[in-house]
Amino acid sequence: MSTNGPLLEARDLTKLFPVKRGLFNKAQDMVRAVDGISFTISPGQTFGLVGESGCGKTTTAKLVLLLEQPTGGDIRFQGQDLQTLDGGGLRDYRRSVQAVFQDPFASLNPRMRVRAIIVEPLVTNEKLDGGEVKRRVQRLLELVGLPDRSADLFPHEFSGGQRQRIAIARALALSPKLVVLDEPVSALDVSIRAQILNLLRDLQAQLGLSYLFIAHDLAAVAHMSHTIAVMYLGKIVETGDAETIAKTPKHPYTQALFSAALPTHPDEQREEIILPGEVPSPLRPPTGCRFHPRCPQVMPRCSAEEPRLLSVDGRLAACHLYDQKS
Amino acid sequence: MASPLLQVKDLATHFVSARGTRVVRAVNEVSFELDSGETLGIVGESGSGKTTLALSLLRLLPPAARIVSGEILFEGEDLLKKSDVEMRRIRGKRIAMILQDPMASLNPLFTIGDQVAEPIRVHEHAKRANAWSRARDLLKAVRISAPETRVNEYPHQMSGGMRQRIVGAIAISCEPGLLIADEPTTSLDVTIQAQYLRLLRDLQRTHHLAMIFITHNLGIVAKMCDYVAVMYAGRIVELGPVRRIFNAPAHPYTEALLASIPRLTDPSQRLTAIEGQPPDLAAPPPGCAFHPRCPKMIPRCREEDPPGFSEADRHTARCWLQGPQ
Repeated sequence: MSTNGPLLEARDLTKLFPVKRGLFNKAQDMVRAVDGISFTISPGQTFGLVGESGCGKTTTAKLVLLLEQPTGGDIRFQGQDLQTLDGGGLRDYRRSVQAVFQDPFASLNPRMRVRAIIVEPLVTNEKLDGGEVKRRVQRLLELVGLPDRSADLFPHEFSGGQRQRIAIARALALSPKLVVLDEPVSALDVSIRAQILNLLRDLQAQLGLSYLFIAHDLAAVAHMSHTIAVMYLGKIVETGDAETIAKTPKHPYTQALFSAALPTHPDEQREEIILPGEVPSPLRPPTGCRFHPRCPQVMPRCSAEEPRLLSVDGRLAACHLYDQKS
Repeated sequence: MASPLLQVKDLATHFVSARGTRVVRAVNEVSFELDSGETLGIVGESGSGKTTLALSLLRLLPPAARIVSGEILFEGEDLLKKSDVEMRRIRGKRIAMILQDPMASLNPLFTIGDQVAEPIRVHEHAKRANAWSRARDLLKAVRISAPETRVNEYPHQMSGGMRQRIVGAIAISCEPGLLIADEPTTSLDVTIQAQYLRLLRDLQRTHHLAMIFITHNLGIVAKMCDYVAVMYAGRIVELGPVRRIFNAPAHPYTEALLASIPRLTDPSQRLTAIEGQPPDLAAPPPGCAFHPRCPKMIPRCREEDPPGFSEADRHTARCWLQGPQ
């Protein structure tokens, strides 16, 4: 087991969903939800995935959580290919990778007390006596900033932000190494969002956690992440250091995305890039560069040839504008 | 000086339980004014009363809600004194509204043409052919491609962004004086949101509309609005020109809200969180409703609710710290 290498590494990860139609449910078409993406998540760091709906970011999260099997490519966790793991190895992997979802109203069972919710992963995975369970629940609640007595209450007795804290406590119960955060603050009120984002950052510093952070709020992703990847129609179009990309985006899609992000001050002047049209269907993605029908800087080459991720100013971008070779 | 297009004075809307034992003061002592061509943003968290305020302006409240006091002067006439029939002639014609979820505000069983033409036929008694040709022009105005074929299609054949633009076309169909948009872009993607906000701003310029933007997103306020009203627990705690409020917020709640948004320009900075939870409106705390969460609380805040103190021209804040010491 390597200690200095990446915690998780995905190579050429691909997920196709067959679209079934007709009498015999024959697969007629393939939705290319995630199409050959590669990324690494380092220990103790946050990897942010940004993109609009349908770009494949949630499918990527599901692949990492083993809720979907990849069609192609592989995921390595601490150097181990997940495909080669046996039952025990997979169980260990599932304990090491936990998730917090968007809607804390849907992700907590309304008929279970908070204690039972937090304890469930412990009970199914470890043999602990009553006293130890009680101590662990207390520690987890303290970690996420909830009072001890919360353990005896039901989810409906909490506000959205507090419920999200319960979901975080549950995710931390098994001392995971990686937590997948799929839009963890989108359902929360503005004044509560900062509380949860701060809590997540504190927990990362305290426990050395890695995060896979998925959100459509660019500022939140840039705030939370060390590295980010911008996805468009199943492909990564730009990836690299979060601050570098947020300050000087290179890919025309990233530029449009950041220019569309809302200002935090009325005097904040941004170049307004309004993209025409909408995201095309991933059933029949455009030829060449998938962004070319909406790209303000489209060239003839873009519709014919698919750009590869190339190193541009300290990050990777997939755009012919920066490919000087030909 | 001519009176402004819309003038709301001391408006209060309460929800009363069936037996009258529980009263929720959803909107309380709300006053503001708005002129043609101006945009007011109403920001607040869920439960702060911003949607109830918007529905009060249109008198479209659920049965349990009552407007208990105040005046809503629109084009010089008090909307609260109108009969239901008169109100119906104002809604959709003089005051239009765009709701959050375009799928819920469009009828899935009628064609786009029918729905865009409906307010023109109802309010202006136009013939069908006339109304439909106006509908096609409106679709063109909201940048729907191929409006000639789109009028015959149904809402499910459109994407979310197109549906919301169609709702926009319906809203401006009778050239209203005031457009109220309640979280109009919450269900849209970032780049589609940018398209839609640009469209609304263009429509506002061409039709010289007054707009009220209801949102929880201060970014939308920064981008779109001239004035902003910050609501907390049913009251407007701060009201004023957008630039002034972003530069020098007078109320601690506004200040805290502004400090809690992550910034693209400075991503590594730690966010300032507002501790605690918004209050339960059925049992609000005594005194200023924000005092349990306020970092600048003084003893007086626990006992007395602060009135609105005037900061400058059209800038008021409900906070004891702003009052004469």
